[in-house]
Amino acid sequence: MTELRHRIATENQLQHQSSEDKGSEAEDRVKRDGGVSDSECRPDSGVPEVPVATDDTPEVLNKALSGLSSRWKNWWVRGILTLAMISFFFFIIYLGPMVLMMIVLCVQIKCFHEIITIGYSVYHSYHLPWFRTLSWYFLLCVNYFFYGETVTDYFFTLVQREEPLRILSKYHRFISFTLYLTGFCMFVLSLVKKHYRLQFYMFGWTHVTLLIVVTQSHLIIHNLFEGMIWFIVPISCVICNDIMAYMFGFFFGRTPLIKLSPKKTWEGFIGGFFSTVVFGILVRISETHLSISYRYFVCPVEFNNDSNSFTVDCEPSELFQLQDYTLPSVLQSITGWSTVKLFPFQIHSIALSAFASIMGPFGGFFASGFKRAFKIKDFANTIPGHGGIMDRFDCQYLMATFVNVYIASFIRGPNPTKVIQQLLALRPDQQLHIYNSLKAHLTERGLLATQEEAA
Amino acid sequence: PLNLSHAQRHKRPSTTLYLLCAYAHSCVWSPQEADGQDRLGLHGEGEADMEGECKAHTPDMPPGDGNTPQCLNRALEGLSSRWKNWWIRGILSLTMITGFFLIIYLGPLMLIFVVMSIQIKCFQEIITIGYRVYHSYELPWFRTLSWYFLICVNYFFYGETVADYFGALVRREEPLQFLVRYHRFISFTLYLAGFCMFVLSLVKKHYRLQFYMFAWTHVTLLIVVTQSHLVIQNLFEGMIWFIVPISTVICNDIMAYLFGFFFGRTPLIKLSPKKTWEGFIGGFFSTVVFSFLFAYLLSQYQYFVCPVEYNSETNRFTVECEPSDLFVMQEYTLPATAQNLLRWKTVNLYPFQIHSIALSTFASLIGPFGGFFASGFKRAFKIKDFADTIPGHGGIMDRFDCQYLMATFVHVYIASFIRGPNPSKVLQQLLALQPEQQLSIFNTLRNHLREKGMLPPAVGLKV
Repeated sequence: MTELRHRIATENQLQHQSSEDKGSEAEDRVKRDGGVSDSECRPDSGVPEVPVATDDTPEVLNKALSGLSSRWKNWWVRGILTLAMISFFFFIIYLGPMVLMMIVLCVQIKCFHEIITIGYSVYHSYHLPWFRTLSWYFLLCVNYFFYGETVTDYFFTLVQREEPLRILSKYHRFISFTLYLTGFCMFVLSLVKKHYRLQFYMFGWTHVTLLIVVTQSHLIIHNLFEGMIWFIVPISCVICNDIMAYMFGFFFGRTPLIKLSPKKTWEGFIGGFFSTVVFGILVRISETHLSISYRYFVCPVEFNNDSNSFTVDCEPSELFQLQDYTLPSVLQSITGWSTVKLFPFQIHSIALSAFASIMGPFGGFFASGFKRAFKIKDFANTIPGHGGIMDRFDCQYLMATFVNVYIASFIRGPNPTKVIQQLLALRPDQQLHIYNSLKAHLTERGLLATQEEAA
Repeated sequence: PLNLSHAQRHKRPSTTLYLLCAYAHSCVWSPQEADGQDRLGLHGEGEADMEGECKAHTPDMPPGDGNTPQCLNRALEGLSSRWKNWWIRGILSLTMITGFFLIIYLGPLMLIFVVMSIQIKCFQEIITIGYRVYHSYELPWFRTLSWYFLICVNYFFYGETVADYFGALVRREEPLQFLVRYHRFISFTLYLAGFCMFVLSLVKKHYRLQFYMFAWTHVTLLIVVTQSHLVIQNLFEGMIWFIVPISTVICNDIMAYLFGFFFGRTPLIKLSPKKTWEGFIGGFFSTVVFSFLFAYLLSQYQYFVCPVEYNSETNRFTVECEPSDLFVMQEYTLPATAQNLLRWKTVNLYPFQIHSIALSTFASLIGPFGGFFASGFKRAFKIKDFADTIPGHGGIMDRFDCQYLMATFVHVYIASFIRGPNPSKVLQQLLALQPEQQLSIFNTLRNHLREKGMLPPAVGLKV
């Protein structure tokens, strides 16, 4: 959405503010702005211009829109693609958790590929020996490590049943470390005399990309397993914030927000904030009234080892049960209600949408700064009119981590299945010790006496 | 019958034993890995590289002659430059090794502080190199941001460790409880504040530099802070898991140098022309033997083998326990071939010695890769040493580059082959669950223990 704002807002600026003559074509403006600002100072030798990507709008769209002028054609292309992406989003939610995991994995691989390609172009290092292989190898290793940890937690019974899986999970850390070490040794052995610095740069570049892309996608999967709602609501909040901030900026935008992205305005920012918070509250009300699909969203995803498929069925936790909240007296006098029925989750969604509105844009600024630093217009050309996958996901960057940290701190306690696993892995004397402590604790609480009688 | 030696009943080995060991080690170890004259050679190699490098911008760090202390200078002024270098390196090696033993003697808390100081110094050295490479010393905010990120990541890691090991202390103090409960959230907020400051500090002409330094900082944190954190975790398992790996790497360094010095002929890798195959293999065998014997020596003392625990009553660290199976002498039947060779049927070993063979193998085979990595790094950025902290040796990073992978390996090894989950942590998690979940776990556990025969069967159970 940032590019849309860039271009349309620019053209608005041309019409409304004739203070600066920035030229007619939006592309030129962005490229020149990035180019002029950095070209006076070349801290590092050789700023390679990543070749401006050509337009790969599909032929069918081109034909349908051939009549319109370039500006409106652009608008329509972006609009259609936006609709396509949003429908696709709902479609894959419908398909279920398994497909969602696959999609997240594919998105992650594509983002990684985009960023690494930029690195190659920046450093002219496409022909470095081994390097492409090594980058993909590291991606594989880190993914294996992360997914192995998740799988062991959530598919515990399945893993215990199959012998090879059990060995893999028992020595998982060791195996992952060995794989990573092999990659590390290959890197050291591949150091070539004239290319040391380049190779170290690419090594660093790969690791930072892995740190950013793979950890985020892994946290998204974690959130997904808590309940699809923890996946859908954050992503929708960020998308809504993008769109709303653009709309507000388009209609009311006046004061620039930050020098890094001159098209962002304070009016857009604040308007986006309020509308996203409202959206966060409302979307819950509408979804929860769909009684059929209700459980589908709020229940933790579990793997049913009898049917060997994912099941999303449970008793909704108290987070998703209507409760009465007494309004503070100020609101009582305004609205005339003394209590209001809310899902506790809606309170949490206020926090989530507040974060999305306030911090999400920083992810966008980070990506804008990155693009300016390396003189690229878009990360890639995957989506016509929008740029690469990273362009669409830059604001999501911090959101996934925040949701995961939020859940860990405020919502759930430790996972009971995991605790049992750890218990059963201890030595018998340690188990006995824990048994006695637990017995004492439960007896104190008065929970145990009844159980003993029942037994 | 357990082979309890007299010393095992002591909490710490006697001071005289320490001094004897230190003396013995110093005799063996004083000719340090002195590529003293060879470092001049390295500098020559660096010059040859300069023509070959396609990217210009060689920030030539002035070769540190050094901050050799005045007293040493005066004492050695008679000798030629080569021997003077040798003596300086030798004396400093002795000093460092004695320092190592002194710190071990002082206890776990001191060790944690030393590890933390080393980590901060390594971080500073690498970041300083980054500044020079990118001429970015005057970038706004950047020095503050680097140190801020270091503090954030350290806070996150140490908070996680402290919560585990100091459970009792934490439960007592109210503010600590709050900090522990919301630890991840607080750490994340701190990191986020740093991230936002970075974004707000982006200056028009310096975008690329600032991104480079951001990435440089993060990679350095990834390398330095995680390693030091894993070192601390290994330490808590038992000081032996800290001492044996580090000594093994040091021994491998020295032995490989000695073997290379006396027998070296075939070069090992183009990256470090001074390393030879003879040194590599000789170092491998002697390190395995050394660690085998050293492990035997250390396994006898509770001070080294017991997990470090925090005693909440006395508010101190205690290192006292019943040594686990790993440190109890056991009999092993030798395979037939070894029986014929040695004419012994069985041999008494600590199981830990078997593990120490694995550790020393790793240190000898993979440890040098850490050294090659650091050599490649120094060549890539045209620096002779990481810094000038230690006269004759370079910076702290120069001494610790081979240790880089060792700490991770030891940690992974322990997690995979030695210990299971930490019982106190499991208990904490149990107590944090909902009562119904606790009840159901209690029943599961009770049935499990009954099956194993640890609890009397249900029939005869009376409350």
